[in-house]
Amino acid sequence: MLNAAIWPTLDYSRVPYRLYHDPEAYQREQERIFRGPTWSFLGLEAEVPNPGDFRTTYVGDTPVIVNRDTDGAIHALVNRCAHRGAMVRREMSGNAGEHTCIYHQWCYGLDGKLNSIPFRRGIRGQGGLDPGFDMAAHGLRKLRVASVDGALFGTLVDDVEPLEDYLGAPVLAQLRRLFERPVTILGYNRQRIRANWKLYAENTRDNYHASLLHEFLVTFGLDRSTQVGGVKMDARHRHNITWAEAESDTAELAQEAYGAARVRSNYLSLKEPELVRFRRERADPLNIAITSVFPSAVFVQISNSLAVRQIRPRGVDEVEIFQTMLGYADDPPELTLHRLRQANLVGPAGLVSMEDGEAIEIAHRASKPDRDSTTVIELGGAGVISDRDYRVTDVPLRGFWSYYAELLGIEPAGAVR
Amino acid sequence: MTEGAPGSSARDRFALYDLFAAYGALIDAAEFDAWLALFAAACTYHIVPQENYERGLPAGLVYCDGRAVLEDRIRALREANKYNIHTDRHLIGLPRLIGEKGAAKLVEAPFAVYQTDQEGETRLFATGLYRDRIVVEAGGLKFRDKLVVLDTFAVPSLLATPL
Repeated sequence: MLNAAIWPTLDYSRVPYRLYHDPEAYQREQERIFRGPTWSFLGLEAEVPNPGDFRTTYVGDTPVIVNRDTDGAIHALVNRCAHRGAMVRREMSGNAGEHTCIYHQWCYGLDGKLNSIPFRRGIRGQGGLDPGFDMAAHGLRKLRVASVDGALFGTLVDDVEPLEDYLGAPVLAQLRRLFERPVTILGYNRQRIRANWKLYAENTRDNYHASLLHEFLVTFGLDRSTQVGGVKMDARHRHNITWAEAESDTAELAQEAYGAARVRSNYLSLKEPELVRFRRERADPLNIAITSVFPSAVFVQISNSLAVRQIRPRGVDEVEIFQTMLGYADDPPELTLHRLRQANLVGPAGLVSMEDGEAIEIAHRASKPDRDSTTVIELGGAGVISDRDYRVTDVPLRGFWSYYAELLGIEPAGAVR
Repeated sequence: MTEGAPGSSARDRFALYDLFAAYGALIDAAEFDAWLALFAAACTYHIVPQENYERGLPAGLVYCDGRAVLEDRIRALREANKYNIHTDRHLIGLPRLIGEKGAAKLVEAPFAVYQTDQEGETRLFATGLYRDRIVVEAGGLKFRDKLVVLDTFAVPSLLATPL
């Protein structure tokens, strides 16, 4: 039974394993988070530059078409025919003037309106639909869509707060930083991890694990917890920015913290130091900026590699990570090459990310049989949820769970927020 | 056999088959130094999802635009990366000569890679197509450019060992 009594503590420093495994929790997440008052990342305007361009995606389990109308407007439509519930647009991407369901050829416009139905009047006056059938009431369901400088978000709820309020000023600033110039798509990668989606959502908010699990970071001096950095959240603590400043520590400090044996060599020992060399592109010194937007989007800068990740739940036991690799439209060719090289760092084969797939699979596997036991989330202290200007912390995970509990209607009385 | 493009005599064909047989076997045996020796001194190695390849998008899962990056990745695999404990089994189809470009033969071969975990459970990990440029160097056939176009671009769990 999913209720407020499942939480052993009021600060979310203990999370029962059942929340990663109960089908009941999964169903309620779909209903109250993904079909609830949240904004989900849909894709980029740069992916549908021309009228008629479309891409298909998901909001939780709900299939969605994102397309650009003839007047340039972007629409997001539930990809499900009003007639028999079939998926209308089956392709991943393309260009079309309309969307026609293959089953009985019900045809919809780029704005989702039902334009035509075959044999609507029957044949020779026989069959077909009743003359009173309301075409206007049987379009593709439209999502509300909003954009932050070309990053598209959608919601299935009409009275949700505006996107900018939902994100909050710090997250909005990070998105505007990433999308400060028009982007270009360098490619996609996908990963199917046999773990619950929330283990990945936590992973992206977990500053503590980065330099421990991803040994490459420390070994080659790319990112260490001795750097100046921290975590910054929105007022409700549902989103998080994990950040670090380049070259803000010393090798001596790192060796003292990690032990000289672990900081074996700096990046100069690589045969291709460009693989990790950070080229400063902005006024700020950030070489790590990982912005997690509740529930399922992650905007990533690791050195000079740029990406957006969509966390796509695939049932209670599996998650797809769909990652779009980015550059800027005005990048010179040698900078594009640099980003393509540094794409080696991220994704399913990433030198500093492949471990996440293994880590959350073993957490999922071993936690399954004992659903009343709990995780421990206390790095950076228990109690109040707040920003930290240090890196050995997992406080933002408690922020995630706090908002999760509120949306699922299982927030205990007196809980921190 | 002469330096430059490999010929297409029966003997040259067998040399090509031997190259691909060694390629798969050496990965499966985790003999990565010997595996690296199958590449030319100047080489590239890319693993690209089919969805990027067909759209002309350049980003790869693995992007080694020179031997240095490839060697760094192998070093990281040995010294830094943690991944699912498993063994690989490459099943490589017959290589097909499809043309010539300069001193190189253009060769394609389909592959399947199965992974087996510590408890003996085997799953299909990937299928795809090698699209290679092969040259003769130091008296033997070498991969000048190896492009792994990955059919299974929804990568199961993670991709650590080379394909």
